[in-house]
Amino acid sequence: MDTLLSVLELKKTYEVKKSIFSSKKDIIRAVDSISLELQRGSTLGIVGESGSGKSTLARCILFLERPDGGKVFFENKDLMTLKKNEMRTLRKDMQIIFQDPYSSLNPRKRVLETIGEPLLFHGYSKKDDLISKVKDILKDIGLNEDFLNKYPHEMSGGQRQRVAIGRAIATNPKLIVADEPVSSLDVSIQAQIVNLFLDIKEKRKISIIFVSHDLNIVRFISDEIIVIYKGKVVESGKTEEVFYNPLHPYTKMLIESVKADFIKKEPILNDNQHEGCAYYPRCNIKREICKKGSPSLTGDKIHKVACFVFNQPF
Amino acid sequence: MEGYIIEISNLYTSFFIDTQVIPVINDLNLRIKKGKVLGLIGESGSGKTMTALSILRLVPSPGKIISGRVCFEGKDLLSLTNREMESIRGNRIGMIFQEPMTALNPVIRVGEQISETLITHKGLSKKEVREISLELLKKVGFEDPGKRYIQYPHQLSGGQRQRVLIAIAISCNPSLLIADEPTTALDVATEAQILSLLKELIETQNMSMLFITHNLNIMKRFGDHIGIMYAGRLLEMAPVVDFFNEPLHPYSKGLIDSIFTLRPNEKRLKVIPGFVPRLSELPEGCKFHPRCNYAMDICKKDEPPMQDLGNERWIRCYLF
Ligand SMILES: Nc1ncnc2c1ncn2[C@@H]1O[C@H](COP(=O)(O)OP(=O)(O)OP(=O)(O)O)[C@@H](O)[C@H]1O
Ligand SMILES: Nc1ncnc2c1ncn2[C@@H]1O[C@H](COP(=O)(O)OP(=O)(O)OP(=O)(O)O)[C@@H](O)[C@H]1O
Ligand SMILES: [Mg+2]
Ligand SMILES: [Mg+2]
Repeated sequence: MDTLLSVLELKKTYEVKKSIFSSKKDIIRAVDSISLELQRGSTLGIVGESGSGKSTLARCILFLERPDGGKVFFENKDLMTLKKNEMRTLRKDMQIIFQDPYSSLNPRKRVLETIGEPLLFHGYSKKDDLISKVKDILKDIGLNEDFLNKYPHEMSGGQRQRVAIGRAIATNPKLIVADEPVSSLDVSIQAQIVNLFLDIKEKRKISIIFVSHDLNIVRFISDEIIVIYKGKVVESGKTEEVFYNPLHPYTKMLIESVKADFIKKEPILNDNQHEGCAYYPRCNIKREICKKGSPSLTGDKIHKVACFVFNQPF
Repeated sequence: MEGYIIEISNLYTSFFIDTQVIPVINDLNLRIKKGKVLGLIGESGSGKTMTALSILRLVPSPGKIISGRVCFEGKDLLSLTNREMESIRGNRIGMIFQEPMTALNPVIRVGEQISETLITHKGLSKKEVREISLELLKKVGFEDPGKRYIQYPHQLSGGQRQRVLIAIAISCNPSLLIADEPTTALDVATEAQILSLLKELIETQNMSMLFITHNLNIMKRFGDHIGIMYAGRLLEMAPVVDFFNEPLHPYSKGLIDSIFTLRPNEKRLKVIPGFVPRLSELPEGCKFHPRCNYAMDICKKDEPPMQDLGNERWIRCYLF
């Protein structure tokens, strides 16, 4: 096994005021001690509900935001201890595709510059072959050469998203963290982009962290997945194993609601501060013990779950 | 059901860049019945967002609506003054924009952004409005509305921002809601929550919806009618059930085939071959003919008109 990235007990908390005038603060544990490992040339899918901490985790892994605790090792280098310039050189090997492409693209740059600048900067292209290199990338993302001269505001939502993808793959990084990269794209282009990810992964051995709420796509593209709920991993393992035999009630619910062809009404709960397992209020297999402590993630390399019902002898 | 909430006829919108005229909406005709949902489907860049922005008269420059009529509650929106239009936007017509971050004001607390809309259009007091806003935040799935009310957009996750936008859009009980990819950033469970909330508004308040999405599966469950867009045109319109039983246009068939279904033994996903044409140099005749397996001679020469096939089915194709 050739590990590219390992993340150990990563933590990120945010403080939010309780009300405008109070000095009291609440703490949101956006990432609550998450560990994971990524092999070279392999894809890790991250799923979880809105607000569960996926984007925060993605940003912290790449140190775009400094975690409050934990460690990230990229090719055995501890990112916490790197100097600014060391980090800068490492940046080209770790690319991110943000969830919101509009705010991540520079509004004053045309597509040619957006995709071309990193190519020049990192020496993947010379001035004279720049245009043809950028055109090749545009072709990969399904855009014609008219787009070379477009500014972000001149493109549709899906077109902007593809430019962001193009920029990320341009410099041949070792790791791509893609935060909901295809959710704003229509099925046909979604398929094209998913195929593109599969190609670069196979041909160039790029590792991918793929954040998405679309379970079908995650299943198709990922070798392994982690399911997060309120900042914690509740289940993880080989993709097929987890889909074939989901253990955690949350994972089960997610997988079932994809299969359902009706709209299921989900209750809105107003109970997020309590001891015990975070999933307790919504859980349909809860027991007494679940009220007391928070279950830890246990199991083997193939499949792990954080649920008392499965890992506590009764 | 009596009547239509909105009727768009012969709408044309173009961008004027240098000396070029780039048509993004071309001869668009569509209407939505009161209390019904029309799903607008089409590939990226086909003009879905521009259709929505044209209705609201928010087409960004150098784009312009060139001609057509947009009849809403008996008025042609295209002939209203800016001021009259402002009293309709966000009030009678709610809008969920495709990119939440750009639609929200980064320096105003999200709760206040909801309240603001209510104060402007409903003339309610600050206190009344706060209660309603908190209730709305709860409805769109926030467990802790009080805390969220005072947060700024950058403190929220992608899906949370989208939900704030939904709260703003429905705050004034619009009779038409235009939703541009309203649930793309949401997981299945949250999406189900939002869709059932919207369904409730449709059923209890007879709200109508223009639902822009690329997700055919959602339309299958949620829409009443469906419109298929391609290169700024509608190619087909039909009741949802009939459409999925028997899609008529060759392009529609291709779309349904590329619906993502997991076929375990396939290594790659199926795509519709060919490129979406450039709007600046669209082919003669039917705009889809270069990618169409059934193209005949006439398709290369003349653009087919939109034909009424009866039973609320419309199609732009010479095969019919
Ligand atoms: N300011 C502009 N100048 C020139 N062309 C533009 C401008 N804004 C949009 N367009 C073009 O208009 C066409 C229609 O765009 P629109 O945003 O309506 O697409 P869409 O169907 O909503 O796509 P998506 O699913 O990607 O959001 C696109 O081809 C786009 O490139
Ligand atoms: N800068 C910030 N300040 C305060 N709270 C924040 C900040 N950024 C994120 N949060 C909070 O952290 C939690 C996790 O957010 P995150 O963006 O990681 O969620 P997510 O899983 O990506 O959700 P989505 O699927 O909706 O994009 C949310 O409750 C969010 O409100
Ligand atoms: Mg996110
Ligand atoms: Mg759009």
